[in-house]
Amino acid sequence: MKKVMMGNHAISHGATLARVQVIAAYPITPQTQVVELLSEIVADGKLKAEFIKVESEHSAMAACIGASSAGARAFTATSAQGLALMHELLHWAAGARLPIVMADINRAMAPPWTIWTDQNDSLSQRDTGWMQIYCQSNQEVLDSVIMAYKVAEKVLMPIMIVLDAFSLSHTYEIVDLPDQALVDKYLPPFDYKYKLDVKNPHTYGGLTTPDWYMEFRVKMHEAMDQALVEIKKEAGEFEKIFGRRYDTVDPYLVEDAETVLVTSGTAASTARFTVDQLRAQGKKVGNLRMRVLRPFPFADVREQLKNAKKVIVIDRNISYGYHGIWAQEVKSALYGHSKVPVFNFIAGLGGRDIFPETIADIVALVDKKKKPDQELYWVEVKR
Amino acid sequence: MAKERKKIDFKKLEELPPMVMSLRSMAANPTGSWRNLKPVIDASQCIQCTICWKFCPDAAIDWVDDNPLVNLDFCKGCGICAEECPKKCIVMVKEGK
Amino acid sequence: MKPTLPLEELMSPGHLACQGCGAGIAMRVTLKALGQDTIFTFPACCWTVIDGPFPYSCLEVPLLHMAFEATAATASGIKAAMDALGKSKTTICGWAGDGGTFDIGLQALSGAAERNDDIFYFCYDNEAYMNTGIQRSGATPYGAWTTTTPVKHFKKEAKKSIDDIVAAHKVPYQATASVAYPEDLFKKLVKAKDIRGFKFIHIISPCPPGWKARPEDTVKLARLAVQTGIYPIYEVDGGKYVQTMKTPNRKPVLDYLKLQGRFKHLKESDVADIQKMVDTRYAELEKRFSEK
Repeated sequence: MKKVMMGNHAISHGATLARVQVIAAYPITPQTQVVELLSEIVADGKLKAEFIKVESEHSAMAACIGASSAGARAFTATSAQGLALMHELLHWAAGARLPIVMADINRAMAPPWTIWTDQNDSLSQRDTGWMQIYCQSNQEVLDSVIMAYKVAEKVLMPIMIVLDAFSLSHTYEIVDLPDQALVDKYLPPFDYKYKLDVKNPHTYGGLTTPDWYMEFRVKMHEAMDQALVEIKKEAGEFEKIFGRRYDTVDPYLVEDAETVLVTSGTAASTARFTVDQLRAQGKKVGNLRMRVLRPFPFADVREQLKNAKKVIVIDRNISYGYHGIWAQEVKSALYGHSKVPVFNFIAGLGGRDIFPETIADIVALVDKKKKPDQELYWVEVKR
Repeated sequence: MAKERKKIDFKKLEELPPMVMSLRSMAANPTGSWRNLKPVIDASQCIQCTICWKFCPDAAIDWVDDNPLVNLDFCKGCGICAEECPKKCIVMVKEGK
Repeated sequence: MKPTLPLEELMSPGHLACQGCGAGIAMRVTLKALGQDTIFTFPACCWTVIDGPFPYSCLEVPLLHMAFEATAATASGIKAAMDALGKSKTTICGWAGDGGTFDIGLQALSGAAERNDDIFYFCYDNEAYMNTGIQRSGATPYGAWTTTTPVKHFKKEAKKSIDDIVAAHKVPYQATASVAYPEDLFKKLVKAKDIRGFKFIHIISPCPPGWKARPEDTVKLARLAVQTGIYPIYEVDGGKYVQTMKTPNRKPVLDYLKLQGRFKHLKESDVADIQKMVDTRYAELEKRFSEK
């Protein structure tokens, strides 16, 4: 059934179709509609779930950890400051190997107070052990929530579904709402082997000495390696049932492109619009949309960028004193495999729009340079 | 959980569960060696009041056939039993004597 | 004589509590009252260590170790899951020390109490951050030495009244208890187990190393805490205060203080001050006990 809905409601519908059993959430702009709709769906009895209206995001994640440990499919959604408040428990959820799914609406961090989008909130959680999936359409948001549980419950690691504030969260698009029966066919109920069980009691997460701590970290890393395999496998499984395919990266006219624009989130749609315009002018430009941050798809990135003469990474985030974060990731993947120059542009922080002209200007600047003469380039900064 | 007294001896990563979880009881960890003093009960004076059993923080006094039996594998020698005994028929004796 | 508590032990010996640990008694009695169909979550606290290192545990019930400030919210999450999975009968317990309750975990505790989530919240109170080496907490009483309130600058602030804070949430059931009175604790838990909603149980649990007391004095101290009126034990059942261990002839606080090195530095006038504080607080509670 096709419906027009905002990105936030696509999350709520995704969670509902995935038959989540425990939701614990705390409101924050621009996430509120996610939990408002879910609370209505639960209250109406359309989803058999418990909704805990907790007193903070820290408690939201704590409740999800408790619920998931007890064997329930757990869900939450947050943004920016809320995600930062959860930080300690993001490590906990991953270390405890709990397949929790969370939506994060990318909002820039304060101060100064802001509610508009950039990616510093989620990207600064990069090393917590959460998979991160960046979406560019409301359809992808809904589908990704469903797929997330499939992958997370296979490898026992949590997943964060990430979308831009307002330009996706509050933007209405046509979304195909899949049939519940099809979703049930795709996603079986959560059967957690390691749940808190009074008939088979175990203690989880107890004190561990240097003798074995490291081995458990190896296991987490191996689970992430396995997750990459599962994400690629599920791309096919999901497509078979629903007709839509989501891989680790999403290439657009990359094969013969001399210059490839690497983007993530909604900036990819703008980049593709610009690519079409530049192609019409005879410029061989393409776009590689990064979808999965962790586990990082090294091989796919190398493959997609193997023909490029120049790579431009547009980062809607910044690691102060270093590069944009996607640029670091891409450069690291290419190092030793390719000599292609990587240009890093920082654009659109705090919700500033990234227009087609913005991207055309970036390409024009790169056209004039053989290789980067700065570590990074600030885009459209008023100086 | 298995109450076996033997410790678990993992050899390598592949033997571990995915996350840290308990697989055996702490009954595999005799704490008797912590003790400097050991309780000795004068059974002839004991009135089977259960007070020593009840207050043991280590569950190291068993109640067997209506009588207290100190489990020296685990007793840490805190002396609560001797202190609380209303008949004063438990004495704390130096280990090794 | 018949034992006054069930013989079944759900806490195994071999755990890592210090000699004479009050929290060991508290857990042992609690498990006897709640039984096998119980799930616990612990924050960082002494019991994180007491339970034992990987791959061991001294509990015969499921336990989830969790972060310091998260006890109540985690218990709420477990409870929600059990409800969602049709296992509502299982008793869900948060089990935290005083630091995790009075201080860092207070927000989550308040949230769960306000939502009236159907869980037990236990605070075993040893009146300081004992697991990190005896630093003062909001539960440390006036006059006490800790490593962050050294003798020359002993703690000048009174113990936070966590019971009144919880009472302000009007929870269905709350109680104070002492490890010196296991039958009283047992009775309270058996009763509370059948009450739906938030249950708060505050257990005074002496800590020999932290209180600089002899390990054999643990029960004696827990008893004196009650007999002096420093730590009256009572329950608040549906808003009604009932003193469960009457103390008509309260002993002087000095009887309690003098057995503990953490109060050794106190002058006579300090002890008099403490006596006054305890008298005031006790009178306040007596009023509540006498309310119909």
